[in-house]
Amino acid sequence: MSKTLLSVGRAGIVLIWTLLGLGSSSQAWAQGKYMTRGGHISFFSASIMEDIEARNDKVAAVFDVVTGQIAFSVPVHEFQFKRTLMQEHFNENYMESDKYPKATFTGQVLNAAQVLKQLPAAGQNVEAEGNMTMHGVTHKIIVTGTLQLRDGQLVVFAYFNIAPADYSIDIPLLVREHIAKSVSVRVNLTCDAVSPTLVSQP
Amino acid sequence: MKKLLTLLTRASLLGLVLTWAAPAAHAQADLLGQLDQETKKDAPKELVDATFKSTRLINGHTVQTPGEGTLVFLISHRIGPFNSGSYEFFGLDQAKMRLALEYALTDRLEIGVGRSTLDKTVDGFLKYRAIRQSTGAHAMPVSVTLFGSSAITTLHYNDNINHTIGLRTTYSYQALIARKFSSDLSLQLMPTLIHRNLVMNEGQKNDVYAIGAGGRYKLTKRFSLNAEYYCVLDKYTQDHYQNSLAVGVDIETGGHIFQLLLTNSIGMIEKQFIAETTDNFFKGGIYFGFNINRNFTLKQRRLH
Repeated sequence: MSKTLLSVGRAGIVLIWTLLGLGSSSQAWAQGKYMTRGGHISFFSASIMEDIEARNDKVAAVFDVVTGQIAFSVPVHEFQFKRTLMQEHFNENYMESDKYPKATFTGQVLNAAQVLKQLPAAGQNVEAEGNMTMHGVTHKIIVTGTLQLRDGQLVVFAYFNIAPADYSIDIPLLVREHIAKSVSVRVNLTCDAVSPTLVSQP
Repeated sequence: MKKLLTLLTRASLLGLVLTWAAPAAHAQADLLGQLDQETKKDAPKELVDATFKSTRLINGHTVQTPGEGTLVFLISHRIGPFNSGSYEFFGLDQAKMRLALEYALTDRLEIGVGRSTLDKTVDGFLKYRAIRQSTGAHAMPVSVTLFGSSAITTLHYNDNINHTIGLRTTYSYQALIARKFSSDLSLQLMPTLIHRNLVMNEGQKNDVYAIGAGGRYKLTKRFSLNAEYYCVLDKYTQDHYQNSLAVGVDIETGGHIFQLLLTNSIGMIEKQFIAETTDNFFKGGIYFGFNINRNFTLKQRRLH
């Protein structure tokens, strides 16, 4: 009885190792997808009245190094502010995170073939064009940043600006001077290679 | 020549983008779909916040406590009753007020002190968020906040009783139970026990049990309708006093919340409005009142 249990346990461990794709990084590379669920995003709004900063380390992202496609998804509710009241207003009044819980971006790295060919050799400055969706509004934007392969991980750094008005985020007259017309956003992702068994293929 | 060159490079770039973009269009949606699936697998627990805008529903408390390090300055007035006639300028001459400071030691624990002009009463309270409504794994359907306060009247008495500190003290205990049903609708139940160390009349009990119910409905993001009703369960209090009823609105402007209200209670602390309301709302015994909440962030949270 205990022997069978033991062998079942062993099989389980082997299965888990396979699933995790450990020791098969070449295969993962061939598959070409990198993923994280603990990426960082922060934004900064500078105005005459005050500076506002918030951070979020629950960004989920996937990058396909074969096609150069990137997608990331930000749980809006997870932004942390220095002032708790600001955080409440951000969720309740501006982003309406009950109604629109996620902000997403899906894009395509420009000039991808060339960039990705050189990627294993050196870090690359890239531009990605795609759709940013937040607060229920989608806009085409261009994101600039860098891609780098480091110890089998893909490190993505990106920055762009967002105008709250573009996403129909209504700011009342009384606090209009407190919030920047254009808010700068930084994204920092350290993605692990994904083995094919983890991701269902289309 | 140079212009032509840049034009050519731009055109070729555009061509490249187009050839990439065409098959990518549906693949991109798939990428996002994959991401959705991955994150849905173990949706993290998320606290439901802002069940109410203020720490007050109208007269009484909500489940809400301010975020850690936030100080609330609360100014409350009650003017009336309307049926007091022109001699009292319809209540303006008899206006009562309460000043209070509330501070959140942690995201769950709040302390507060207040001073009411009614019966020259000083009160202090503790409020603890025992259970917080959440979504995701192990979701919690309601928030429960425990509230305890003591109030001491500092009036001078001319009777023959030695009014010691003990005899001047009243305690209020509440379990505030609330659920935010949607971003607009939140409802709350308030089982209450009020204990007076001294009661003056025959048949009057030291303990008064009551059950309160109330809620808010948001008409816009910064404006809500509120209602609150307390039903006392004690025979003597039922016979000699009125149940407290209040209706009002919350108006939020940045760091302020203005609460405008109509109520039949003149007191602004639990023992007064729950156990000592004498006016009848439906016979013109109505007070106009307001609470002004001003928030100050004394201690900023550190971001990591």
